[in-house]
Amino acid sequence: MTESVTPPPQHSPLHAEHDALGASFTDFGGWLMPVRYSSDLAEHHAVRTAAGLFDISHMAEIAVSGADAGAYLDEALAGRLSTLPLMKAKYSLLLADNGGIIDDLIVYRTGEVEWLVVANAGNRAPVVEALHARRGVHEVELVDLTEQTALIALQGPAAQRILERVEGLETTDELSNETTLDTLRYYAAMGMAWRGGSVLVARTGYTGEDGFELYVDVEHAAELWRAILAEGESDGLVPCGLAARDTLRLEAGMPLYGHEIGPETLPVQAGLGRVVVTDKPHFVGKAAIEQGPAADAPVLVGMLGEGRRAARADYLVFDGDRAVGVVTSGALSPTLGVPIAMAHVHPDVSAHGTALAVDVRGTRIPFTVVPLPFYQREA
Amino acid sequence: MSVPSDLQYTAEHEWVRVEGDVVTVGITQYAADALGDVVYVDLPAVGAALTPGAVVGEVESTKSVGELFAPVSGEVVEANQAVVDAPETINADPYGDGWLVKVRVAETPALMTADEYRALIGE
Repeated sequence: MTESVTPPPQHSPLHAEHDALGASFTDFGGWLMPVRYSSDLAEHHAVRTAAGLFDISHMAEIAVSGADAGAYLDEALAGRLSTLPLMKAKYSLLLADNGGIIDDLIVYRTGEVEWLVVANAGNRAPVVEALHARRGVHEVELVDLTEQTALIALQGPAAQRILERVEGLETTDELSNETTLDTLRYYAAMGMAWRGGSVLVARTGYTGEDGFELYVDVEHAAELWRAILAEGESDGLVPCGLAARDTLRLEAGMPLYGHEIGPETLPVQAGLGRVVVTDKPHFVGKAAIEQGPAADAPVLVGMLGEGRRAARADYLVFDGDRAVGVVTSGALSPTLGVPIAMAHVHPDVSAHGTALAVDVRGTRIPFTVVPLPFYQREA
Repeated sequence: MSVPSDLQYTAEHEWVRVEGDVVTVGITQYAADALGDVVYVDLPAVGAALTPGAVVGEVESTKSVGELFAPVSGEVVEANQAVVDAPETINADPYGDGWLVKVRVAETPALMTADEYRALIGE
């Protein structure tokens, strides 16, 4: 007798920490990650009002280097990475020939001829494969650093003051280049010293709040996780799972691969047209991007609902009796207290203010098309 | 994981407390923990006739939707409006204030014992 065997999910380098904190786990992109520690809602609110600490070590990190790496990335990805200033980050896309999205990425320039590409856990294999396949004539070196890198996100209005207090996490002349946590700008990064090693600290996130993402060697990760948690306790910092991460990013109107974006979605359909730099001489997907989607191809919208029942992924959207689209993500917004959703709908019904309905398990719930994001922090 | 010994249980992770010919129904702590924070509850109306196994309501959390199955046959005599107004009560006190409905039954139900239910959830 034979049976197909799915490999067991991989453990994060911080798994023992989560176990000790009483986390519930879920399989996400082939990794067993914390879905919550106590309450999704309490974790969500902590990030909006104080701070939350997330283990996102499932994310894939791929180092790209070589004298030709900038030109290579301009061809391999949708954006222009060759001119990205040192220690800046950029949101980008890996497109297929048909213009569909293989993954969305954050790309950092970490050196004169060095970049770091951060991909979604579930897309690690196709991203690595595409990056290799697109080398062509370019002499670049690709190294998958995922297994040796932990990624910790500290998010929330208290994030900076907590991180500033963590003993042993220090700015040094050599690593920090005169940047401090206070002067570090959004979508910029800096090196910091930590217990004899170094940490890449970026002012980025997936929650709609101020915050940082810290790339650290797996050997030093647990110490850093514990130090931040201990230091932040007095500010209301709590460990947060993927459930809170999902409602936070949804309120912030940020796309999740496999929901708002995927192989059948052109960037412009998901409101990501600005991410594609079309005046580059060549990049994978260029012809399809220039042709654009069909006139009636669905577009991504935000919708606000009535009552307390959530419209969830795959529920159908109606304009009267006509099915006009499908929900890609939805929840009862913890911050707003009303149902929020993103959906792919026919362009005819995508204007803000359009009254639609979602079939929530047999009941039509009224929703209205609204601008994204649903939530924006005060500047 | 709390599994009170004086209650009966179903494989759908509901509990039943028998008091004369009226039984109280709720979901177990195991179910509440698995769902996460409950944010919406839909209960059958008072007077509704229940058929065992039929879907009669919903318990919805931030992340998922659980269906409420009728554990017994009988008539709904009371629905807990307090949990409809404050669904988080189900997480806070699943065997107490988080009860869902009271049902008048013709015969005393004989569902799973606490020990059988503990075995089901691997406790």
